[in-house]
Amino acid sequence: MSVVTAVTCPVCGCLCDDIELTIHDNKVVKVKNGCAMCEAKFMGYSSEHRLLKPMIRKNGELVKVSITEAVKKAANILAEANYPVLYGWSNTSCEAISVGIELAEEVGGVIDNTSVVCHGPSLLSIQEVGIPSCTLGQVRHRADLIIYWGSNPWSSHPRHIERYTAFSHGRFKKSAWKNYVTKIKALVGRKKVQSAIKRLFVKEKIPSAVALSNFRHTPYLQTGKNSRKLIVVDVRRTKSAEIADYFVQIEPNKDYELLQALRALVRDQELEVDNVAGVPVEYLEEIVDAMVSCDFGALFFGLGLTMSGGKMRNIDAALSLVRDLNMRTKFVIMPMRGHFNVAGANTVFTWQTGYPYAVDFSLGYPRYNPGETSVVDILLRKESDAALIVASDPISNFPRKAAEHLTENPLIAIDPHMNVTAQVADVVIPSAFAGIEAAGTAYRMDHVPIPLKKVVEPPKGVLPDETILQRILAEVKKLKQANVREEA
Amino acid sequence: MGGCCETAGLGSVVLMSINEKPKLEATLITGRTIEQGVEKEYGKSSREYAESVAVCYIDAEDMKKLGVKEKTNVQVSTRFGSVVVKVLKSPRTPHPGIIFIPYGPWANSIIDPETHGVGMPSFKGVPATVEPAADKPVLSLTELLNAQFGKV
Repeated sequence: MSVVTAVTCPVCGCLCDDIELTIHDNKVVKVKNGCAMCEAKFMGYSSEHRLLKPMIRKNGELVKVSITEAVKKAANILAEANYPVLYGWSNTSCEAISVGIELAEEVGGVIDNTSVVCHGPSLLSIQEVGIPSCTLGQVRHRADLIIYWGSNPWSSHPRHIERYTAFSHGRFKKSAWKNYVTKIKALVGRKKVQSAIKRLFVKEKIPSAVALSNFRHTPYLQTGKNSRKLIVVDVRRTKSAEIADYFVQIEPNKDYELLQALRALVRDQELEVDNVAGVPVEYLEEIVDAMVSCDFGALFFGLGLTMSGGKMRNIDAALSLVRDLNMRTKFVIMPMRGHFNVAGANTVFTWQTGYPYAVDFSLGYPRYNPGETSVVDILLRKESDAALIVASDPISNFPRKAAEHLTENPLIAIDPHMNVTAQVADVVIPSAFAGIEAAGTAYRMDHVPIPLKKVVEPPKGVLPDETILQRILAEVKKLKQANVREEA
Repeated sequence: MGGCCETAGLGSVVLMSINEKPKLEATLITGRTIEQGVEKEYGKSSREYAESVAVCYIDAEDMKKLGVKEKTNVQVSTRFGSVVVKVLKSPRTPHPGIIFIPYGPWANSIIDPETHGVGMPSFKGVPATVEPAADKPVLSLTELLNAQFGKV
């Protein structure tokens, strides 16, 4: 039995690099320091859903074949296609992504990563407006005001609050954990008193709206120099909202309105309405006061902004709000990146093609026009004629209409698990888990590169994504050369 | 269908006629839950994964209006399709008129594929109606894929 320390967790964009794994007999048997998703990944990577043998669909059934046959079939599909789509990439290493881009160029296809259905609009907006940002270390040590907008880190990035923001112990800022515990205790106490009074004297029910307003307006309990404040903006009360000093419950699809209203308030303009997006202006003024009076604010935004009405225009407004706030104090903004290497996918794409996602090589040179060259649009227009999916599950994650066309294409899936896409694929190639069975590099959400460790050996015959892609690429090149010779 | 006698707003329940089931007009949000996050890592072919995502979180008041109990089936429909899922009482309320289905093939059967020229479909904020569907089953992943793509 051996213990490996400082392992990087290959789940979400936090890339926590303090995981301790106990390895016994080439298997992870214990996970320390990780969140629920981290533990599920390290304990579940070798579950019964694991793919171990390459498969090809013959007469409607997936049949086990050799890796050489599967690679040849995949190369054939890609080489013969006129407009193949190469999609996924955010759950593998930068090294594998790099080979994938070369393959896309070779086959004249479209290469796109999962940011297209995640923070794609944020990238478009950042290109338009610019982004005042920093590393998470800066936030941990200095930020005294944290805002989560359209994001529920408690579920999507479980250790984000503890490692980098409100509950982290920074050099200059203390954790707000104690305040939170005190607040919860006070709330529980108050609830007990209320229910006792109710039981004794009041027969009718206390309306829940009253209880909510009590909680909503509970001011932060400690306003000391080193304390931190937390604001959560969301359409529903989440677990993250519960720990916030201020929770702003906004009506769906009205983020743009609220952001612009906050911009006006930051610029000392008066609003001639009582409510914006269902939030009283009085309450917004309180929030703007907290924003402009902080020393170092950090706004983290999630898919609540990119996926609802307005999309990239919401991000325009959020970035502009932070720009405005920088005229009053120090403020930074950062998207909450989902997959562990989605930032890496954007980075490697940009190095090699000049663009972060949705890159079209069909004319022989890279073209980028999200809305046209983005994978969901291509599928909705039914233009692609083959697809290679690496470390992703678009059949499960795309809208049904887009997934439908994907199933009509010859489909190649490279994945460690029998996911939904692999179930409907024509060629399935099992791969080693990046960050567990294969080493590599990944980029954290703040664009800090962090090495991924190989902690166990992959099952016999299972190769890392990078090697599989290199073999497909070599095979495609061979096919193309043979075609050229034939034509000559 | 009977005539509608009142203007439908978010969170309002419309009784189309005396014999018809009540319908809830709502806004559909899809997103991450920790259960979905954990189960997707273990493997999507599992029953636990299906149980973590083929659900719909509804405000307790809305459940009362609809006359549905927790863990019974409801049909959620949008302009883009309809799907049967199990009702769960939203743990943190109130959010009348907002329903939540975790990311997954069930949610994606009914979200808005329109990308508005930026590549991103509308996974959040889709107008939807919910109605009790005690007589309809929640499809398993294989059944759902077969019904949608006929290829498993």
